Amino acid sequence: MSDPVLQIENLQTHFFTDRGQIPAVDGVTITVNKGEVVGIVGESGCGKSVTSLSVMKLVPNPPGKIVGGTIKFKGEDLVTANEKRMRDIRGNEIAMIFQEPMTSLNPVFTIGNQIGEAIRLHTKASKKQSRDRAIDMLKKVGIPRAEAIVDEYPHQLSGGMRQRVMIAMAMACNPELLIADEPTTALDVTIQAQILDLMRQLNREAQTAILLITHDLGVVAEMCHRVVVMYAGNVIEEGDVRTILKKPKHPYTKGLLNSLPKLEESQERLYSIPGNVPIPGSLTVGCRFAPRCDQATDLCRSEMPQLKAVGDNHFSRCWLSE
Amino acid sequence: MTEELLVVKNLKKYYPITGGVLGGEVGVVKAVDDVSFAVKRGETLGLVGESGCGKSTTGRSLLRLIEPTAGEITFDGVNVTALSTDEMRKMRRDMQIVFQDPFASLNPRHNIEKILEEPLVVHKIGTSSERKKRVQEMLEVVGLSSYHARRYPHQFSGGQRQRIGIARALMLNPKLIVADEPVSALDVSIQSQVLNLMQDLQKEMGLTYLFIAHDLSVVRHISDRVGVMYLGRIVELTTSGQLYSNPLHPYTKALLSAVPTPDPDDVRERVILQGDVPSPANPPSGCTFHTRCPHVTEECRSTRPAFQDVGDGHFVACHLYKQ
Repeated sequence: MSDPVLQIENLQTHFFTDRGQIPAVDGVTITVNKGEVVGIVGESGCGKSVTSLSVMKLVPNPPGKIVGGTIKFKGEDLVTANEKRMRDIRGNEIAMIFQEPMTSLNPVFTIGNQIGEAIRLHTKASKKQSRDRAIDMLKKVGIPRAEAIVDEYPHQLSGGMRQRVMIAMAMACNPELLIADEPTTALDVTIQAQILDLMRQLNREAQTAILLITHDLGVVAEMCHRVVVMYAGNVIEEGDVRTILKKPKHPYTKGLLNSLPKLEESQERLYSIPGNVPIPGSLTVGCRFAPRCDQATDLCRSEMPQLKAVGDNHFSRCWLSE
Repeated sequence: MTEELLVVKNLKKYYPITGGVLGGEVGVVKAVDDVSFAVKRGETLGLVGESGCGKSTTGRSLLRLIEPTAGEITFDGVNVTALSTDEMRKMRRDMQIVFQDPFASLNPRHNIEKILEEPLVVHKIGTSSERKKRVQEMLEVVGLSSYHARRYPHQFSGGQRQRIGIARALMLNPKLIVADEPVSALDVSIQSQVLNLMQDLQKEMGLTYLFIAHDLSVVRHISDRVGVMYLGRIVELTTSGQLYSNPLHPYTKALLSAVPTPDPDDVRERVILQGDVPSPANPPSGCTFHTRCPHVTEECRSTRPAFQDVGDGHFVACHLYKQ
């Protein structure tokens, strides 16, 4: 039944800097099945973006390097795959959309040219065919006047339109996995609703698996089937969306949910997790969340807990949830 | 002493668009177009809206950091728009601003002590040692320690920098603080710390806030009353409880239904708006929202709706609620 498209196992991506080796991603295991939307949530610096870049092997090297673990895409290990093979995969079998739609489009090429590029590279389509396909894709993502927009430049479009173009480009070769790194963070709420709606529709129709990276738990609730919560380079909790948002086990996930202001009721005071997100690379013994956790015990401070099953498909990395 | 600390009447800010061979004026961008509201003493008024709706321009015009094109701003009984530059500077002792980006709004070459001391130096308050003492006090108030005074902005995290930005605004004991997206650059766990701090300070020091943000849940949490802006105009203004339980304007309804909530069982009626916000250089005629409104009528296209009270101080600018 479950048909894994992507299996990340014990991934370790480290950065080698003047100040030493920084483990940005430190033993992350994530599986994405066919047609599934998996969310990675966490705050800045938790390693969620580096995880997604590692899958595409787009981590700048140097300073970054995958030092351990495997990334299996439909059974094929990407960590050991050569650059030529990766170029085949990128944009064709795995596509990616980024947060900032302006900086990820080339300002000196037309929209049609940029969408067509992926099609020309990965199929034997002619210029004419790729242009037609680009128009089709633009229509599919809900861009009005697709025939005219195809010859326009990125600066002529609004932020929401640019993100639609990015999605059209990503979906042009019918990828099996779409990695979306904060796709709606730069957009206004009404435009965000349009883009999320579009992504859900593509997921349903084409059965494209989506790995969605976000810091917004509201977006997670709307989009994802399963959620992975990351903190300081580790997965600290994983489960289906309802379990994570309704019955979280890990104190960090609970704290994160409690510190959100609610739209439907007024609260006197917000819960807040004391302290700051640890600086990546700062040496810690024991649970990485222990310094900010109000239930930390001596065990938490001395020994790192393992990610253990605490329920049906529900895993938590906490001594207390055992 | 009046109940209202700040009264804004018909505030307008137009930016000229120049073009052509001679660089003449070919049009205007109506960033803020006839906005009126009042802020009571000790309350928090929230302003929400999407990018380009004019909420930040409104905030900055109040302090005359941007010179308004027209309108009247009365702060504590004084007409601010009629003051000279010098008088305005003195006035700003009582009205301060906290900016969105804690990375860009602190001078990287000054240490924290110098940054915090500067407002006192500008207004020639106290002796050097008194000022230093005040800096130490203020650092404690915002949850930092006195040893932080010698450090530089790059040595602080985003949340700590925002605390410094707040401390700087508080140095002169102002009456009003305009907070322009103070938590949008922060992570969720840090955001709640800063919001709590702002609420505590308001209680202790009797501050009045104008809180500008795009995040509806944050605005609801902190504000007593909320104004919703669209294309340079306020379309709805009421208490935060009313706004969220009984929104009247179609734009407010759409905005509220578009906010994703972290509850997978939350089934709400979604109103997904079509299209983008029109350009403020060429706003639609009549009601500016008519191009995206699901309830549009002929009247909406031609006549601009008045911003009127429909009961209990619930203001709305929409033809659907005419009396």
